[in-house]
Amino acid sequence: MPPQPSFLPRDPVDFLIVGAGAAGGVMAAELSTAGFSVVVLEQGPHHRPQDFRHDELGVSFHAALTNDTRLRPNTFRKTESGAAVTRRAIEYGCMVGGGSVHFTANYWRFHASDFHERSLYGAVGGSTLADWPIAYDDLEPFYTRAEWDIGVSGLGGSNPFDAPRSRPYPLPPMPVKSSGVLFERGARKLGLHPYPAPVAVLSRNFNGRPACVHCGFCESFGCEVGAKSSSLAALFPRALKTGRCEIRPDSYVRKIQTGPDGRVNGAVYFDKAKREVFQRARNVVVCANGAETPRLLLMSRSAKFPDGLANSSGLVGKNLMFDCGLAARGIFEHPLNDYKSIEATRVLHDFYAADPARGFYGGGGLDARFDWYPLAFAVDGLPSGLPRWGPAFKDALAEYFPRMMTVLAHTTCLPRESNSISLDPNVKDAWGLPALRVTFDYHPDDIKNCWWLLERQKEILDAAGARKVWTDDLSVLGVSRHLMGTCRMGRDPKTSVVDTFHRAHDVPNLYIVDGSSFVTSARQQPTCTIQALAYRAADAIVRAR
Amino acid sequence: MTGDDRALSRRLWLGGLLGAWPAVLAAQHHAHHAASATAPAALAFFDASAAAEVEALASVILPSGATPGAREAGAIYFIDRALLTFDRDKQPLYRDGLAALAKSRLEHFPGSHSFASLDAAQQVALVHAIESTLFFELVRFHTLAGFLADPSYGGNRNLAGWRLLGFDDSFHFEPPFGYYDAQEPNG
Repeated sequence: MPPQPSFLPRDPVDFLIVGAGAAGGVMAAELSTAGFSVVVLEQGPHHRPQDFRHDELGVSFHAALTNDTRLRPNTFRKTESGAAVTRRAIEYGCMVGGGSVHFTANYWRFHASDFHERSLYGAVGGSTLADWPIAYDDLEPFYTRAEWDIGVSGLGGSNPFDAPRSRPYPLPPMPVKSSGVLFERGARKLGLHPYPAPVAVLSRNFNGRPACVHCGFCESFGCEVGAKSSSLAALFPRALKTGRCEIRPDSYVRKIQTGPDGRVNGAVYFDKAKREVFQRARNVVVCANGAETPRLLLMSRSAKFPDGLANSSGLVGKNLMFDCGLAARGIFEHPLNDYKSIEATRVLHDFYAADPARGFYGGGGLDARFDWYPLAFAVDGLPSGLPRWGPAFKDALAEYFPRMMTVLAHTTCLPRESNSISLDPNVKDAWGLPALRVTFDYHPDDIKNCWWLLERQKEILDAAGARKVWTDDLSVLGVSRHLMGTCRMGRDPKTSVVDTFHRAHDVPNLYIVDGSSFVTSARQQPTCTIQALAYRAADAIVRAR
Repeated sequence: MTGDDRALSRRLWLGGLLGAWPAVLAAQHHAHHAASATAPAALAFFDASAAAEVEALASVILPSGATPGAREAGAIYFIDRALLTFDRDKQPLYRDGLAALAKSRLEHFPGSHSFASLDAAQQVALVHAIESTLFFELVRFHTLAGFLADPSYGGNRNLAGWRLLGFDDSFHFEPPFGYYDAQEPNG
């Protein structure tokens, strides 16, 4: 691999990409491969795969791979009239590769219906539910491109609710775990349609990367063998190989600069030593995630854009959508050893579509998964009512850990204009910048949907023969790892922030490519669609050259 | 996976053709066992009497018995080190918590000398009295971490915690993984 180029800040690069995550990796690889010069600014560090450890306390409990809210605090309030308190409210991968490094790796395409739910179900009171300005067919070629470029394992055609696909998955499904077998058994008894989970993990060697060794540490952890198809493992190596892409880790952007012509011309960032650098660029692509992207745009106000960059609609930061869904858990007679291999090997989309007969808007996908590493399990994973210390507690740890599994729901989160990312007027981060303020409350239908699905989850575990079934309560909803909707895509500049190819309506050389473009939440698991959208955005840029 | 794939994967594993990862896994594995075999030299935060009190509390949370408990896992060494490193800010909670425990002990068992010297039934009764305190919640968390966190932190000696849970720290597995997938014809 050639050494990384070292672009001079005063010389404009073709594209300056802010954020090296799921979308930033795609944009960097596609644009540099097409011949453009690219600088990627990433606020987090650049880990080598061999740095990743199976250390639950150090990585998961101490949030080693995610945003450090001691340095960059969040504030949170439920409603616009409430007082915001300082607490962790959002979580994202903070490193080269972003959330694609430490995610579970569920890699679900949207259904065709996801793009026009407003037309299908009508208006929902208290929500800004809208159709996407694009359809599944517009995105299908880029779903396929994503799956074949990064390496996704799955079985095309096995989910009867999926939209048509132009090509099978490049890799066969991962081997089924006991949780998948039991889930399948229970679901089939109920007449449902479980299928092998599509995951961004290699079931076989692929493009010079090794197959998964089933270590079991996907969610919250980085993959030390490079079998998880993160931007770090699958995309940045290709970008760097071009010799036209420079990744600058530990680079924290505070402002995108606008010139007198109304076009952006670069970004000011703090380097590792907290020195300010201004990198010039002909185009800027913001891929900083659905929370940090609107924050950066709001911090980038100027005489030309007094309410924040690309914010003539007033919608930058609005319509924030969160992670949603509850867990049902079951214990079985024999050991599942569900801690081995990837988290989830079976999925079910029978309840994905909304159904007006339920009396609310909403739906969800379910997966059978491992959800508790040993320490988290011991702290919090036993059913309530069991002892929390003493000999019976110790016996329960030994009995439950190898024998339990989780059925997790991934559910709709309705967009609401009152849910937002904004700049906290009081709290500052360690660089003196305004803290990220989250204003968020679930729509009542989101909650009804969670409870309704939780009954379906319990039924599946019962049908699978669980000796005992127990569930989460709502208190688990509160920190979101899926950050969507804050720079909505649309055709009308008055009601959206980016156009159908992710160009800001207000600024011709500014692109916004990440979960912020989402019009609806689909059924969570956004990474696949974030990346497909990024391939599509890059393709449009390259074709327009 | 076909037989050929398996053979290829095995060759890559042995030859390390796809990078350094087998060496990394081996090194991690070695580190676990090295850490778990070596007892930390000494306690650096607690004095002997405070250590005895905390260890006795940890032993009520995860008692010794047919299988090792917090004591055999060396949870006290984990806690001692935690309070001097990543949980330095929790030191006052321990100081105040131990003082409150002593006060509560004297109310329940006048004339007693330490929590550690109470009999088992008395210790359990006293833990019931403090189990809703922040101090107990912290000691419980630290005890569990000293039992189940990576042995390189000083606890989980001889992998006592992971063994109790049936957690195998090989970090590379092949199917079948559990009872039910082993029953599948094409599992």
